Amino acid sequence: MILAVASGKGGTGKTTVSASLASVWPTPVIAVDLDVEEPNLHLFLRPEIQGSEKAYMEVPLADEDKCTACGACSDICQFKAISLLGDVLITFPEMCHGCGACLEVCPAGALTPDRRELGEVSWGQAGKMGFFMGRLRVGEAMSPPLMRFVRAKAAKLATASAADMIVDCPPGVSCPAVNAVMDADVILLVTEPTPFGLYDFRLAHEAFAPMNKPMAAVINRAGLGDDEVQRYCRRHDLPILAEIPYDREVAQAYSQGQIVAQATPALKVAFEDLAAQVRCVGPNSPCEAAHA
Amino acid sequence: MPEILIISGKGGTGKTSITGALAHLAKNKIICDLDVDAPDLHLLLAPQAIQVHDFYSGNEAIIDPELCTYCGLCQEKCRFEAIIEDGEAYRVDPLKCEGCKLCVSLCPAEAIAFPQRHCGTWQVSDTRMGPMVHAQLFPGQENSGRLVALLRQHARELAQEKGYELILSDGPPGIGCPVISSMSGTDLAVLVTEPTPSGRHDLERVLELCRHFKVPAGVIINKCDINAEQSRSLADYCAREGLELFAELPFDPAMVQAMVRGQVITEYQKDGLAGELARAWEKIMQTAERKKAA
Ligand code: SF4
Ligand code: SF4
Ligand code: SF4
Ligand code: SF4
Repeated sequence: MILAVASGKGGTGKTTVSASLASVWPTPVIAVDLDVEEPNLHLFLRPEIQGSEKAYMEVPLADEDKCTACGACSDICQFKAISLLGDVLITFPEMCHGCGACLEVCPAGALTPDRRELGEVSWGQAGKMGFFMGRLRVGEAMSPPLMRFVRAKAAKLATASAADMIVDCPPGVSCPAVNAVMDADVILLVTEPTPFGLYDFRLAHEAFAPMNKPMAAVINRAGLGDDEVQRYCRRHDLPILAEIPYDREVAQAYSQGQIVAQATPALKVAFEDLAAQVRCVGPNSPCEAAHA
Repeated sequence: MPEILIISGKGGTGKTSITGALAHLAKNKIICDLDVDAPDLHLLLAPQAIQVHDFYSGNEAIIDPELCTYCGLCQEKCRFEAIIEDGEAYRVDPLKCEGCKLCVSLCPAEAIAFPQRHCGTWQVSDTRMGPMVHAQLFPGQENSGRLVALLRQHARELAQEKGYELILSDGPPGIGCPVISSMSGTDLAVLVTEPTPSGRHDLERVLELCRHFKVPAGVIINKCDINAEQSRSLADYCAREGLELFAELPFDPAMVQAMVRGQVITEYQKDGLAGELARAWEKIMQTAERKKAA
């Protein structure tokens, strides 16, 4: 199964939950950091990195000699990444979305595929668990293509090794976040019980609900604010699978880069229980097998 | 008119609570919430809308099943796997469509329409702390640098017109397109961080971005007492990198208590964090004016 750990916003403890769940997962698992703008999962899992590869996007390269300055490419480009100034063709590779439309329409065969570096995917092993992460090149504005690349690589290994995937998603509810949860079997939303937490949680719930995937909530730093998030979950039939109490000790363990599930025995049990519940929600549920 | 931007590389560091407090302390300013994906500042400032505008950006493909001849060309050519074969019909998944128009231009049956995409709303509001410009993207939309740019542009025009002396912005998280868009022409970025491994990591990345775009930066360390050793190392890092340290704020549940009441911390209490933030704000303004003059 693919479990997406998401949140309407950063800082709610999404990475803590991803790392902790992966660390107690009872069967083979691959932890994937799709928060390519700010990957943090490796800081907690401390994987041994075994390989890396640069990821590229296809952008057009113009051959001045062949170009007839007909303007078809700049007419179709929706992203102002290629334009005709007088009869000089200028490309802006940074703006290109790699859609290939210009290459498709050029009547003179003047455009050929070149590439732009998006960032890097790296992989390795953290104890028994597999690990993948993407890291966006600083200054690169488009994260979804790199995320697709990382996910495809991780999914290949997951299929080959019959492992589950736990995906640490980017924060927010815009296009990168929606992209990250699109392939998931189960979405786990991490939130905190404060007005900010509730507002972002609601946005995420509304954003992901149309995908009709099983969704559940984990409340982090419980006891810190109010209980409006819990009420919202009850009203919308969103199961709350775990509440992690606010605790200075937990915050300290986190600040030292520890996996919180490994910081105290009580939390370890809580996360093992969470893992068991999540696995029941997913496809090929081990619980169904047990019931049958 | 200095423009000050509060960012953190990532959410959850207390950036918005701090921005709210600074907005309370600042005089004669326009407040901007540039986190258009998951804006929160309005929860503290309770804005009353004066104008609401629709935001359109880009286009999306829509297949007319009446005209489609099921040739499959669009699906074959779409690089974003946005065209789904749905039984006998083809349709576009709006969440995956990038709006590149390739399918529109290729479709032999002219079956694909290409309307503008309604991505969200933006508004100008009144708050008890002054005017505010903010927005809300619809879920799943491209977290648009263009919307961020539009908000900033509007804030500037409003400031010019009405004689405001400062633009104070709550920045978007991350280091991608929206943050890049929030940086051009900013006089000072205040980087809010916390003493955790991710706090440090994100600070380094967002600082790299500030340098890339030549935006002067200073730092606030929030929740500094969660890990004293990390805090010290962060402070050393700032000194080494020549970053002014505006404040080191201890963790205080009062920050959340204020939020639950819909207040900013400087309204909720007089001393403690509120006092530290007042001192920080003085330093921030001095630095911003110095950078602006330079
Ligand atoms: S590939 Fe698409 S986005 Fe890039 S230049 Fe060509 S038309 Fe524009
Ligand atoms: S479509 Fe081809 S020939 Fe026409 S302007 Fe573009 S590159 Fe030149
Ligand atoms: S290219 Fe046009 S006619 Fe062909 S399947 Fe797509 S929409 Fe239908
Ligand atoms: S506009 Fe581009 S992305 Fe959208 S469906 Fe057509 S080809 Fe695919």
